[in-house]
Amino acid sequence: MTERIVRVASGQGFWGDSLDAPRQQVENGPVDYLMLDYLAEVTMSILQKQKERDPSMGYARDFVGAMESVMNAVTDRGVRVIANAGGVNPPACASAIQALAKKRGKSIKIGVVTGDDLLPRLNELVDKGHALLHMETGEPLETVRDRVLSANAYIGSKPIVEALTRGAQVVITGRSTDTALTMAPIRFEYGWGDTDYDRLAAGIVAGHILECGAQCSGGNCLYDWRNIPDLANVGYPIADAYADGSFVITKHPNTGGRVSVHTVSEQLVYEMGDPHAYITPDVIADFTSIRIEDAGPDRVRVFGIKGYAPTDKLKVSIAYRAGFKAVGTLVYSWPDALEKAQLADRILRERLDRLGLYFDEILTEFVGASATHGALAGPTGPGAPEIQLRVGVRSDDRATVERFTREIAPLVLNGPPSVTGFAGGRPKVEEIVAYWPALIDKTVVKTNVEVVS
Amino acid sequence: MKVRLLDIAHARSGDKGDTANVGVIANRPEWYPLINRELTLARVTRHFDGMITGGVDRFELPNLNALNFLLHGALGGGGTLSLKTDAQGKVYSTALLRMTLDVPDEEARELKLPAA
Repeated sequence: MTERIVRVASGQGFWGDSLDAPRQQVENGPVDYLMLDYLAEVTMSILQKQKERDPSMGYARDFVGAMESVMNAVTDRGVRVIANAGGVNPPACASAIQALAKKRGKSIKIGVVTGDDLLPRLNELVDKGHALLHMETGEPLETVRDRVLSANAYIGSKPIVEALTRGAQVVITGRSTDTALTMAPIRFEYGWGDTDYDRLAAGIVAGHILECGAQCSGGNCLYDWRNIPDLANVGYPIADAYADGSFVITKHPNTGGRVSVHTVSEQLVYEMGDPHAYITPDVIADFTSIRIEDAGPDRVRVFGIKGYAPTDKLKVSIAYRAGFKAVGTLVYSWPDALEKAQLADRILRERLDRLGLYFDEILTEFVGASATHGALAGPTGPGAPEIQLRVGVRSDDRATVERFTREIAPLVLNGPPSVTGFAGGRPKVEEIVAYWPALIDKTVVKTNVEVVS
Repeated sequence: MKVRLLDIAHARSGDKGDTANVGVIANRPEWYPLINRELTLARVTRHFDGMITGGVDRFELPNLNALNFLLHGALGGGGTLSLKTDAQGKVYSTALLRMTLDVPDEEARELKLPAA
């Protein structure tokens, strides 16, 4: 008798990831679930701005194309899709998918998870004493309350499980945690309870490995990177989950990339905080308990994971307007490229001073010399072929940043020599939407599940 | 013997607000105890001196042959506030791997460490 397996495939690591990966995941081999993660920290605020302009928007529109490419697998082969593509408007996202299905003459049941959006209730919550302190600085939300664009609680696996229980073939959520998108279907299939902490934690670890798409199957892998085969045709990861909580990470045959202890370990430590306590709404996973071993070509077995009872809080992702920024660049060539770029920077700063421009921050980097590794990079000699001068400024005042962008170009004619790389024109002023992480009592957030067809 | 950390370990880094994390993993399980011994909190703090404005936290993951370092104040405010090229701390990983270790010759031979 073969042991039961639940196969969850990852087809999207962020909004902007490969458009073709979802289709490849359902066509290159058998899968039970397709998991698509669209939301990064600032994505919600971008979507909120889009919804303000058009109430039928506010979701990850790439998801519609993804659904088009996997529609037959969903309707004919029973593959179920779980995506946080709903953004700040899951019902509108569901309508778009319904319209797509109708156009194709298909009928699908869509589960829509809502309740994570706290924006309409934000003033009420703050007034009731929920200070929503910034998790790093400890400041109360009050200090930026009038500049808040979006506020969403990270919700866990339970509403997704409910949607699946009620027969949804596609589950669309807003700000559910990335890891819940993978853990929920496994938990649903095996009927794991709320206190099945070890197994829930195992599902979370599987989710952490899968949530960045190909970043666990050879993409962005430093170990032996030269020899990772055929990244042009990289296979996105799949978790084969067993009833005991153990799982195997693999990928479809005849795809590129690599699944090995090294590639999976790199993803396990990605964005890790305290490894003893990876906190999620459902469970706290202990990453120091994870056992990992080679299980054949492009197969890695993960097991032994311990979990603990969750906290009584949910994390809230708040986005607020935080001023303006612009970044200008120029490229200086050999000989003495760095020295020329350094002189240009001094001239630029003197001119900005004379103009009386005040910035909250001004940062100069010399790309090719020290931009990413600072002094650790060691000295740059006069023989460097070229160095990019990169100057960024930030201010609450748009006009100040705007004025800065006009001081870069003149340097081409009235600064140090051998300068190029200005084809892009004047730098663009960008409004900053910043991230405010906070905690809120779980009891405050009420999720809702609707299944429509 | 001088040994480049780059030759015996791999790493990946990411961000959480204004904090960068660097997970560093021994290329071979038998090299983990050496890395665990050499990459002390003090040594790593010194390594990043001048690059970060806050402190460093250190965690051990012997199960993954890995250490995890949290570098606070590493990202110029972090996220969209940051003006840095590496606003999300993606290449602090290789910055850590620039470290060179002094390993007793005999130990280096026993562990078959590649010389720098």
